[in-house]
Amino acid sequence: MNSPAARRAAASLAASAFGTLLGSLVLVGCSKPAAVSASASARPVTLLNVSYDPTRELYEAVNKAFAAEWLATTGAQVTINQSHGGSGKQARAIIDGLQADVATLGLAYDLIELNRRAQLIPPDWATRLPNNSAPYTSTIVFLVRKGNPKNLRDWGDLIRPGVQVITPNPKSSGGARWNYLAAWAWALKQPGGDDATAKDFVHRLYKNVPVLDSGARGATVTFVDRGIGDVLLAWENEALLARQQLGLDKIDIVLPSLSILAEPPVTVVDKVVDRRGTRKLAEAYLAFLYTKQGQEIIAHNFYRPRDAEIAAKYASQFPPLKLVTIDDTFGGWEKAQATHFDDGGSFDQIYGQ
Amino acid sequence: MASNPTSDALPGLPLLPGAGAKSRTRRSFRMLPGFGLTMGYTLVYVSLIVLLPLSAAFLRSAELGPEKFWQVITAPRVLASLRLSFGAALIAASLNGVFGFIIAWALTRQRFPARRLFDAIIDLPFALPTAVAGIALTALYAPNGWIGQLLLPLGIRVAYTPLGIVVALAFVSLPFVVRTLQPVLGDLDRELERAAETLGASSIQTFIWVVLPSIWPTLLTGVALGFSRAVGEYGSVIFIAGNIPMVSEIAPLMIMTKLEQYQYAEATAIAVVMLLASFALMFGINGLQLWAQRRRPAR
Amino acid sequence: MIRGQQIPEELGRYALLGVALLYLVGLVAMPLVVVFVEAFANGIGSYVRALLDPYALAAMRLTLLTAAVVVPLNLVFGVAAAWAIAKFEFRGKNVLITTIDLPFAVSPVISGLIYVLMFGAQGWFGPWLLAHGVHIIFAVPGIVLATTFVTVPFVARELIPLMQTQGNDEELTALSLGASGWQTFRLVTLPNIRWGLLYGVLLCNARAMGEFGAVSVVSGHIRGQTNTLPLHIEILHSEYNYVGAFASASILALLALVTLVAKTLLERRHPELRAGVTPRA
Repeated sequence: MNSPAARRAAASLAASAFGTLLGSLVLVGCSKPAAVSASASARPVTLLNVSYDPTRELYEAVNKAFAAEWLATTGAQVTINQSHGGSGKQARAIIDGLQADVATLGLAYDLIELNRRAQLIPPDWATRLPNNSAPYTSTIVFLVRKGNPKNLRDWGDLIRPGVQVITPNPKSSGGARWNYLAAWAWALKQPGGDDATAKDFVHRLYKNVPVLDSGARGATVTFVDRGIGDVLLAWENEALLARQQLGLDKIDIVLPSLSILAEPPVTVVDKVVDRRGTRKLAEAYLAFLYTKQGQEIIAHNFYRPRDAEIAAKYASQFPPLKLVTIDDTFGGWEKAQATHFDDGGSFDQIYGQ
Repeated sequence: MASNPTSDALPGLPLLPGAGAKSRTRRSFRMLPGFGLTMGYTLVYVSLIVLLPLSAAFLRSAELGPEKFWQVITAPRVLASLRLSFGAALIAASLNGVFGFIIAWALTRQRFPARRLFDAIIDLPFALPTAVAGIALTALYAPNGWIGQLLLPLGIRVAYTPLGIVVALAFVSLPFVVRTLQPVLGDLDRELERAAETLGASSIQTFIWVVLPSIWPTLLTGVALGFSRAVGEYGSVIFIAGNIPMVSEIAPLMIMTKLEQYQYAEATAIAVVMLLASFALMFGINGLQLWAQRRRPAR
Repeated sequence: MIRGQQIPEELGRYALLGVALLYLVGLVAMPLVVVFVEAFANGIGSYVRALLDPYALAAMRLTLLTAAVVVPLNLVFGVAAAWAIAKFEFRGKNVLITTIDLPFAVSPVISGLIYVLMFGAQGWFGPWLLAHGVHIIFAVPGIVLATTFVTVPFVARELIPLMQTQGNDEELTALSLGASGWQTFRLVTLPNIRWGLLYGVLLCNARAMGEFGAVSVVSGHIRGQTNTLPLHIEILHSEYNYVGAFASASILALLALVTLVAKTLLERRHPELRAGVTPRA
């Protein structure tokens, strides 16, 4: 054990161990000042866009175009970093300190929370940009297996025994909340429909749900790739994207008789941009979404554009659909959240709380 | 000389402290240098990295007050998730108690081709990241996966059901059972078994009356270790569980869900329940190991 | 013994053996095979492309960086703790050992959560840190901290039993011959524990690189910035990019295999590591 070779080996082991430690301490030491200087610097070149699940492809394209545009007009390089996840989860991360310069989430309620829980944005955030600060809209449609073997035409078909419905968990997913409310709105608008019948309908619908993923993307994967379920309640953009990626021979899109107008809002996170000195860049980034070029990218990525001209160009992709709004039917997001998704709300009651 | 299963060189095997080395160290107590330095460093490190953060969980949940705390952890959905986490972990650990025993027996007592290879892959669940295990198990056991499509005609669905959770937990906890049993099985007095056999006992009789009594405490230790590992598992489970409230939503996911609803205190309340259970388990395992060691006096 | 009885016994033996191997293959070996099959599903070209993706490379760098910080930290801690615990007697030793073990028993999600409670913007120190421009949660330091927590026990747990069996005699002899404390440690203790140390480092490293749950809670999932390799796998998996996901997974699986091989070799050369330390009563 105590041969010279062993001692040398031990010594070198010790030396390398302590060397690595020293090196790593230097690294950690450096990483903190680096963060400090980046946040204090007047002209940062990075922007963090914290977004919800299905916008990965959209913002990948937007970021590329915006960076080129920014370089052309200001001569400065900009790198836009992305973070994606369930809308509620992302809002929570921002509240917990994720340094998002802009938040592009799935529903207004999550931005309301940014204001209410941490005052990261002012209460009037929705009026700072056109169209309720939502540069694109979408809606909820059905994705079914090729040829629609279970003949699912409308919401009413989803509660038939033996039909398996895939939708994410509305507690964590923004898209799932739209799904839930769209189903509720349809039942409400049926002859003799009221809150009680709507509640009963939605309860029966969720009894047909075998998997509740935490985000919209997870649900799409479950349905498309794992082959679970007969119908996926999906964002229209997600459904069109899935059909494009998987080819037309695997799945069909079904438009229900009525759906909901989803307005995914965007905002600059004031507290972060003011600390980082990125307000100008962040505001330009969001304004870019409203330009012709931005709207074209939006439509190309299957979101319904706000710009009438671009909308007309892509009309064949977005057939007209009867849509209700959250304000008219549910009295706004805060009320909808309290009634349906907070603890003890109508969603919890499905699972016996 | 009995090998001591408690200090088997595996992660996650709490050690029975002091045994055997005590008499030596006592003689030289305080003769070696460096006690103050190493002890001080150890205490500071453990306090900063382990104790302080853990205390944050307890203090944060205390904000709720006892009544609200009780309300939170007895809500049906929370109770169901706790029941599922503990229940599925118990089933997985018990499954491994049976199959892990057979595997340990095969590896220590049988000769067959590629035995060493099989012996080596027992540790795979230690080394393979849980996320990788999660996507791989899901790909295998989904209805259109390699194994899933074999089971589907039999009416067995694994992925996205509680059964899938059991499979993932069985995966992560298997090595604990096998590695705890192996040294003990290897050490077991074969003379005794042979004697029993020459006296006309069948294999089954030998097993029940000779082998089982002497390895029983060790088997229990291994199962308990596997259980404690499985209870809190997250990475491999979320991919394969259906995450349906009341059915396939595990407690760690429940914590995440509460967090995403900004209910920090409630999330930590569930965390505290799980932490307390883990602490209790660790003390239980230490007791089990003492028992196991007393049952097998040094030869 | 009568022949008729022996044949069923042989059959039973083979049946049991079959059951054991089937269980092992179905549960443990197949997932490993699936990772590589799926990774190469579209050929080597797309496999390599997936690995050379800038985000994948950034994730690998972060994972390596994390391990490069965490492993030495826990290595030094493990040696210090083992020295204090194995070489000395003091009250509360069992409590200290149990405390070091705690992270093994804590759910990964909780391991991440406690750091959010401490350093999150709504946590104990978060507001002060943020005001001073220090980012821990959703930045690299948070990932390092959570990983450190999860891997605290690995090296210490390996060394404590080893050093306990070895006792203090060799060290005392060295001291009586005039060696300094540091020399004694370096020239006597370290050679005795070096394989155990390596073993602990190996396991610590594997866990540090593969941790998912705890890191997922504190990461913020910023692509190219705070995405470790396991998180990158999850992201690709939810982008229908299975080849990419399994390609990244194959890197971690390879790491696991290397760990297993090294572990097996170590165990073969030093059986005392595997059988645990036998008390010299």
